[in-house]
Amino acid sequence: MTRSELVILAPGPLTTVQDLGRPGLAALGVGASGAADRGSLRLANRLVGNVEGAAALELTLGGLQVRIEGAGGGAGAGAAIVALTGAPCPVTVGGRAVGMNGPVAVRSGEVIVVGVPAEGVRTYLAVRGGVAVPEVLGARSTDTLSGLGPEPVRAGSVLPIGSETTGFPVVDQAPVRGHAGDAVLRVVPGPRADWFDPEALRTLGAEPYLVTAESNRIGVRLDGPELRRTEVAELPPEGMVRGALQVPPSGRPVLLLADHPVTGGYPVIGVVADADVDRAGQLRPGDRVRFRVR
Amino acid sequence: MRFLSAGDRALLVELDLAAEAAPEPARLYRALMRDKPAGALEFVPAARTVLVRFDPALTSSALLAARIGEVARAMEDEAAESGDAGDADVLEIPVRYDGEDLDDIARLAGLSVAEVVARHCAPVYTVAFCGFAPGFGYLTGLDDALWLPRRAVPRTRVPAGSVAVADRYAAVYPQASPGGWNLLGRTDVAVWDAARQPPAMFVPGVRVRFVAASGLPR
Repeated sequence: MTRSELVILAPGPLTTVQDLGRPGLAALGVGASGAADRGSLRLANRLVGNVEGAAALELTLGGLQVRIEGAGGGAGAGAAIVALTGAPCPVTVGGRAVGMNGPVAVRSGEVIVVGVPAEGVRTYLAVRGGVAVPEVLGARSTDTLSGLGPEPVRAGSVLPIGSETTGFPVVDQAPVRGHAGDAVLRVVPGPRADWFDPEALRTLGAEPYLVTAESNRIGVRLDGPELRRTEVAELPPEGMVRGALQVPPSGRPVLLLADHPVTGGYPVIGVVADADVDRAGQLRPGDRVRFRVR
Repeated sequence: MRFLSAGDRALLVELDLAAEAAPEPARLYRALMRDKPAGALEFVPAARTVLVRFDPALTSSALLAARIGEVARAMEDEAAESGDAGDADVLEIPVRYDGEDLDDIARLAGLSVAEVVARHCAPVYTVAFCGFAPGFGYLTGLDDALWLPRRAVPRTRVPAGSVAVADRYAAVYPQASPGGWNLLGRTDVAVWDAARQPPAMFVPGVRVRFVAASGLPR
């Protein structure tokens, strides 16, 4: 059997292997990690006939160039099937322009070139059969905080394509919502909302916050109205969830994403609804975000 | 005990550590692991809280709070009856006391180096919780003479196996990482190995004793 693989020619600003992570180990100090935009990862996998949690590439601001080698996992001789979802990028395969959010056949030796997205941050490239790098603690995700999982993808990286599939691709094109305009994220008051001025939750919901350039897979750093604390005591470390709005002494919240620390020492004023956290994973520096406090 | 909302899929249980029979977070964690409430996905003990992540399709914060309250009350009754010795096993960690900060620690504590070592080896510690890095356990039980602030300037690299103290905690660095704790010495015990099951030796609730590896230094 021919071995199939992804040969990375250029990694872009940051490309990592991600699946749905390793939840359940936080008590050992191991964060869940996984795709920052889980819905887009799941969609990409469904489009190529993979299990939803198969490992794929998570591109940050595009820029990836990758060559497919060998007969792809279950795709028939000499071809692989890929799909791109998430932040919309211009994409070519062997020089032909192809669309996002649908399965694309790629012949052995052809190069996929992904440009820079016009909106959003993270693009997912799934390949039929999945990216089959070795698992670490039951997952193939790169945790950028702890360093667990595969190394970030580099020029010259060769990633094996697996053979686990669930069926054949049946959808040509999936309808998806774009990432343009202000993001609106629903928030419920967090465990330490009472450590803040009674006006702080109103302040959080009143004005938009600006996404700063210091944002990454660990968290989205925001700039905007100060959320004033009234309780000045040090918070002993406590467990954190994805979507938590932690407020350091600056009063500007940090929205925790996939690679957040297991425990944190800043009070959490609110938590973004789980269904809206994927949207938060697509916020790019300069974007505006509004919180709708329930 | 208070139950605080931590979003639509998590609940934060805050324990009143001043109360006489109240369970510590690590003990509540172990009780919940033994007798998992329906719909609970995982429990994350910390300094005075246990975070409970749950599947909202299977349970609710209110149902979980009621069930966790029952578990905690049962633990209080047990503790009142038995005096609660905890698990009998104590993990022994041999240490070479040759850490870079040993002299500073002795000076700050107003003790001799030999006394620092003796006081570090005397208690049976409990892994209260993990955090900071995979397998990094915060051990409680430290002699209060050794409660020292973190170093003003953290090191950019602390080697794996470094045995250290900071605030009211003792710890062993599971992997090489940056860090600001005060270094007492080194152990060869791999407290973390991603290929092992479970990967962490210092699981919340585990009891630990440090042993001077080759007599006292100097």
